[in-house]
Formats: sequence, structure tokens, C-alpha cells
Amino acid sequence: MKRVFALAVSAAALTASPALAQNVAITGATVALGDGSEPIENATVVVQNGRVVAAGTGVAVPAGVTVLDGSGTWVTPGLFASITSLGLEDVGAVSESNDVDADDSPFSAALDVSPVINPMAQDFGYSRAGGVTRASVMPQAGASIFGGQGAIIDLGADFDAVRHPRAFQVVEFGERGARLAGGSRTSVHTLLRNALHEAGSYEQDAQSRSGSRDTGRPEFPGLDSRNPNNVDRQGDVLLTRFDAAALVPVVRGEQKLYVKVERASDILTALALREEFPALDMVLVGAAEGWMVAEPIAAAGVPVITAALRDLPVSFEQLAATQSNVGRLVDAGVRVAIGGYDSSGDHPRNLPQQAGNMVALNRVPGATGLTWGEALATITSVAAEVAGLGGRVGVLSAGAHGDLVVWDGDPLETSSAPVRVFVDGVEQPLTNHQTRLRDRYRTLDESERPRAYEW
Amino acid sequence: MGRYLKKGGPSVLLLTTAALALAGCTAASGNDRPAVAASAAAADEPYASTYERYPGAPTAIVGATIYDGAGGMIENGVVLFADGEVVGIGGADLAIPAGYTRVDGSGRFVTPGIIDIHSHLGDYPTPSVQAHSDGNEATDPTTPEVWAEHSVWPQDPGFSRALANGGITSLMVLPGSANLMGGRSVTLKNVPSRTVQGMKFPGAPYSMKMACGENPKRVYGGRGRMPSTRMGNFAVNRETWIAAQEYAAEEEPDRDLAMETLGGVLNGDILIQNHCYRADEMALVMSMADEFGYQVSAFHHAVESYKIADMLRDNEVCSAVWADWYGFKMEAYDAIPENAALIHNQGACVVIHSDDENGIQRLNQEAAKAQADGRRMGIEIADADVISWITLNAARAMGIADMTGSLEAGKMADVVLWNGDPLSIYSRPEMVWIDGAVMYDMNNPRMRPISDFELGQPGEGDVK
Repeated sequence: MKRVFALAVSAAALTASPALAQNVAITGATVALGDGSEPIENATVVVQNGRVVAAGTGVAVPAGVTVLDGSGTWVTPGLFASITSLGLEDVGAVSESNDVDADDSPFSAALDVSPVINPMAQDFGYSRAGGVTRASVMPQAGASIFGGQGAIIDLGADFDAVRHPRAFQVVEFGERGARLAGGSRTSVHTLLRNALHEAGSYEQDAQSRSGSRDTGRPEFPGLDSRNPNNVDRQGDVLLTRFDAAALVPVVRGEQKLYVKVERASDILTALALREEFPALDMVLVGAAEGWMVAEPIAAAGVPVITAALRDLPVSFEQLAATQSNVGRLVDAGVRVAIGGYDSSGDHPRNLPQQAGNMVALNRVPGATGLTWGEALATITSVAAEVAGLGGRVGVLSAGAHGDLVVWDGDPLETSSAPVRVFVDGVEQPLTNHQTRLRDRYRTLDESERPRAYEW
Repeated sequence: MGRYLKKGGPSVLLLTTAALALAGCTAASGNDRPAVAASAAAADEPYASTYERYPGAPTAIVGATIYDGAGGMIENGVVLFADGEVVGIGGADLAIPAGYTRVDGSGRFVTPGIIDIHSHLGDYPTPSVQAHSDGNEATDPTTPEVWAEHSVWPQDPGFSRALANGGITSLMVLPGSANLMGGRSVTLKNVPSRTVQGMKFPGAPYSMKMACGENPKRVYGGRGRMPSTRMGNFAVNRETWIAAQEYAAEEEPDRDLAMETLGGVLNGDILIQNHCYRADEMALVMSMADEFGYQVSAFHHAVESYKIADMLRDNEVCSAVWADWYGFKMEAYDAIPENAALIHNQGACVVIHSDDENGIQRLNQEAAKAQADGRRMGIEIADADVISWITLNAARAMGIADMTGSLEAGKMADVVLWNGDPLSIYSRPEMVWIDGAVMYDMNNPRMRPISDFELGQPGEGDVK
């Protein structure tokens, strides 16, 4: 029964490579571009060959394009879910199915989620049905302060999920980092600085051995961060060759460094790392106390990814947590993506709820929230921009990926849900384990035969 | 629950440390003698509530949309309360007696105070450090002798967030789910207090927390102890109920804290709140309740209630559920967002609960999501009925429905004025009254409680 069901799904919905994009126009809808602007009523979105052609009012529908009546619906870019575990786990507490962290691995920075992401995991389908079309997938640090390398994925119903492998490196910089580093933040600093220096030395050694800095590989001149050369390394080293090689692009600023950090003073310390390693392309993840140091964060041009509704002193590094954190950071000029999942109830598909609460906050005296357009941007265009995909993802502008969600109402409202989802112009199936259960148990009538025959 | 789902996570450490700390305490105080009970009253009702309502003016909320908590709705209505009690509700023509303070409710909504039937505020407070981990006496699979109130830290900053952001006026704090029988819960009024007795809901019955499924068998099986399986869970429970029946039959039994709690369940004084995810296990628990003659008041977390909603209706057992938590553990794999609507559609009792210091701040939003998921599959549930999921139904399952949970005349004046429709994402509590006293006012920064812990800390007095 289960096996037959799985086969049926793969035959109907999943193919090894993405299906052909449709040319489609949605007319008469309330359209939110995702760029921070307010929604536009009675607007049109046109997608051709997998890309957005135009969105707004006064948009002509080209010939040969399928027209969908969008009246009564809302259209937004697909949601970009930041720092998820999509495809890394089936059930979080079933350790056999959970690849989020590697507690006992001999490797650290070299760990790479891109080969192990499973687009068949139910969370993919469930998140897709919630309007999530792209996401960053972040490994958690298990055995060292480095979590390893995260990836950017799309949630199309195919096996071709990983769009940008090794998009960022993860380092734990706060309380958890201190525990992983041996019991103190002092060790986090020393380990991190040592690792970045080792990576720098490794690169120099590799270049001197190859005799040339330019190997014709523009992304990582001198060496492949995944294939360490047979380099003789000088002096004492803490990193394996693989780990040292993996950190070379971080030191060079060619791979983003996601710094998990909460406390205001720790944020300043993290920003100061750039004096010693000027090329670091940093993103702050967490930043519960970010609002206290919003100006320096803004001045550094460093973006933030944070959950929106953290307002409790969960730890001594989050004493100043407030729901106004996001709004205050945005007001200071920081690019903020809402992402992150503090409890079992926080799920990628609930990102609109986090964003909507930011709008609600604007009506609470003394609190700082976001406008509706700003709130949507934190889970679309800004989230994509923080991931390095600015202008290409999370926004309905000409040339951007044709990721669309058609909603049955205001997408930030509790009562709304997607009715259609497109990835690169391909309409996606919205069925999953949960919808199949819903349909089976719509009634409990077993007068003829057990529910098991209803499928 | 949430404390137990991490992969080999901190819960293991917390348990170990808690056990060590406990042992240390016992050794250090071994020579102390307990104080002699002071009076007969204290013996009858130990650790009795000392809560008394705070002063409040007779108040008329005028012009709001009222959800009365019992399924009724009045547009442009009037809510009257005085001396801590609801005086009446009605339409615009309801006469407002002299001396009442008028509160403008136009464009706003009124509900009864929101009630969370499943919280660990105070017994798993923030900061969530190991020294604060007081929710599971995970040293024996059955600990009916422990009382959650003895773990509650009244200075947990979470209480204030639940009040200001969630409109929570009453809540039940339960022991965790490590044990099959976790101990007594305590029902609190969400008022700041120096002592837990100052928060205890006067007249609320006790409940006992039970847990089936993964947690007890993992915690004890992991130590090579019984139970290590679901059948072990049931065997240990049944042996314990047999012992309780024998104790209850004794003429003059020696005092036994565990047996006193279990006896209270068997004679109906103490309710059962049973953590249970899977439908098949809930059905077995209901049979166990039949075997020993007790009633389950509510299954908590009940993510599979939709599979047996007919049985739950017939057995008059409530389901306390999240809107859409799913998949984080094996027994949550079949959780669906339509659960609440499907339970309701069968005529069974729905309660939306949090089990979470964040979720307790948004029970209204969770209820709204569950309503909308039902609507999309063709189950229409009126807004006023949805509000009962987080008010009167919770009160019923906690045994306090004759005192609070709806805006019926004579009930406690636990009232929330929302700055918009509470089922909308864009609304927040504007004012909260508990027993007729203003305990939160969005427009008055001084009417926002700050726990001792937060004084002098970064962000003191901030809008959280």
C-alpha cells in the first residue's frame, strides 16, 4: 500500500529533471512584488520561459500565453525560507533520519549539505504547499564550532533541488559555540582565528606549490576547496586538509560566513573580525540583541537573519530579546531576513505568520514593526538578497525566476493559504502526506470497509 | 514535550543534572526537620491559594464586537463588569448603570480571558538554563506525588509575555512528559506574584498529568528500566492503578502522597490530562480508564484525534491540540493542520493549547489558522465557536468552567479587549482584566509587569 502510493507519486509528480516551464499570465489579482512596496490591486503577472516578464498594472499579455483569472486572489513571489533543514531530516527526533548535524564527525568546515539533500522528504512537499519555493539549507554545528557548508535549493517537485551548493559556511559564535569549543568564548575566538589563519596559510602553500595563483578557475583560483592538494603544511595545525581547504573561500570572501550570534557584545566582536580578515562576507544569524547595536551592524553593511518573534530572555545572551528587534534593525538600515525556527511550531511554511506579526506590531505603542510591504520582503526579496540572489529571486521583476504563489487571500493573514505554486514557471503539485491523510479521514465511516481502502 | 525532541539533545543533560542537584540538596538538608503543620485548614488544603482579586472599577466596554466564549457573538455590544464579576453583556441598548467607567470598544473586539490548558511557564522558565529545569521529576516512571506548583518560579518573564501578547488570564502548568504519571498540575491566574500561592486559581481542581507513547519509554528504556516499550507503559500504569485501588479501599491508610493523588483521580476530585499523540494509543488509554473507573479530561498534543474523533466525542474527552505542529517526532508524523476542524466537525471538544512559551502568546492566531484549514476542506466553523477553543472549552477541560471561560453574568471578569479581530494576524490585546482589575494596558507603559529577573537588565521595560 505504502509502496504503491510512493510509486504513484513519483510517476505523477516527480521527475529526475525539472518539467518544462509554462508560459502563463495571471490577471486581475492583487499583486505584491516582494520588493518592499505595497500590494497592487487588479494587476497582472506574466511568466515566460521560466522567468518573470512583467508584473503590475497596464501589463499586456503576450500571445500564446495561458491566462489564469486571478480575481479574488493574491499573487506574490515564492517565499524564500532562510536557514532551514529542508531535505536534511524526515523526522527531527528520529536520529536515523536526521542529517542536520554531525556530532561525531572528524570533519567540520568541510562538511557539505549539498550531496545529501533529499527532495523527497515530506517537509519539502509540505513547505511547497505553504508557498516556499526556495530556501537556504543550513547544517548545524555538531562536533566543532563550524557547522559546515550550506546550500541554496529550490522546492520544485524533482530531484534537481540544489541550485547553489556550498553557498555559505556556518560558525557558532555564542554560548553554543563556547560549549563546542571547549567551554568558553575565549576558545571560540582562538579556534576561529586560528582556523582562518590556517586556511590562509594553506592557500599560500598551495599556490607556492602550484607556482601560480591563477589556475583558470575563476571561482577559487589556486585550488579547489573540495580537493585539497598534497600541500606540505608548516607548523602545528588543528584543521584537517579538507577543513582548511573549505575555509579558503571564506577567508577570500568568496563564500559567505553565517555567524550564529545573539549577544550585543558578541555581535560587535564578530564584526571586528573583519579588521583581521578584511574580505569576510558575513551574515549574522540570530542576533536577538541586534537592535542594541543596530548602527554598527548597518555601518558594516552586514545583513541579519533572525526569527521575528523572540521576546524572552531564553539565555543570558538573549536578555534584551524583543519582537521589535526586526523593525529597529530595518529602521537603522540593516537588511533583515526573517528566518529561523525556535520551537517545534516554527516551520518554513509559517514564515508569513512571523512576518504578519511584524505588521501587527506597528499598532502597539512603543513597539517597532514593519509595513506590510517590508514584512513580505523579509521572506522574499530581502531573504534572497541576503542569500546572494538579489534581484533574481523573491521578487516579481523582469528577468527574475518565475517563482509565484497564488493565495486565497492576504498572504500574511492567518486565514490565507496558497492555491497554486510555480517554481521557474512550472506549476507544482500541492499534495503531500498531510493532504492525503486529510482526505482519507474526511469521514470516519467504516460501514463498508476500513479507511485503509480510501486512497 | 518540546523538551524531549532534540536528537540526543540537551534534555539528557538536563535530566542528569537535575538528578544530581536533587541528590545534593537532600544530603545538605538531611538534618533539618520539617515544620509542623500549623492548622487543620492547612492540612485540608495545603499550599492553598492566597490570591485575592486586585481593585478594579465598575467598567462598561461599549461598542465592541463581543465573542462571549460560549459560541455567542454580539456586534456593537456592551460588556459590563464590577466587583470582579461579569454583570452582563448585551447589545447597544443594554443600559449602563451609573458609576461605570466607559471604555471605547468601537472597532475593537472583546473575548473572555484566553486560557492555556498546557503550559510549562514557571516550571521550565526562561532563562532556560539547567538550574531552571524543574518540569520533569524524571527519576521514576510514576511520580503522582509531585506537584507542579512546587516547581513554579513566579518570576518567569514568560508570564508577562503571555499576558501582554496573548491575553492569557488563566493557565494550567503541568509536569513534563518524561513520566507515565508526572504528578499534579496547578491552575494559575496570570497575575504577577511574589509566591505561587498568590497565583493559584482559587477553587480550581487539581489535575494529574499522564503521558503515553515515546517519551516515557525512551527516558526509562534508555536507562535499562521499565518501561522501554509501549506495552511496558501500559503495564506500569495498570500495576499502579491496581495499587491505587487497594489503597483507596483501606479503612485508615497511612499517608502516601502518590496514592493520595491517584485516589483523588479514582474518586473524581482530580482530573486527568493525558499527553498522547497517536489515535490507537488514545483508544487504549480510554479503555484503561474504563478498566479502573476514571475519566480522561483531555488528551494533550492529540495530533491524531482526527482519526478517532467519533470515539472521543462518545467518551466526552477533549483534545488539546496545536494548530499545525507536525513531524518533529515519530508520533507527530501524521499530524495535519485540519485536525482541530475535523475533531470539531465530529462534535467532539477542541482546545487549542501551546506547550510553549512562545505559542502561549498567540493562541488566537493558532485557533484562526486551524479554523481556516477547516474552511478550505469545506468545514465552516463560526468565529465565535473558534474563540471557545481557547476560552470555555479550555476551562471545561480544566474544571473551572463554572468560574471563568465565558462572559456569563456572575463569572470572573477575566476579559480581553483586542485592538481588532482576534482571529486576524494584525490584532493584539489592548487591555486585559483579571477578576475585573486592569492587569495590562497597551497604551500605558506602566501597566506592563516586569519580573524581578528583568530589572536592571538590558531591555528592562521594553515593549517585548
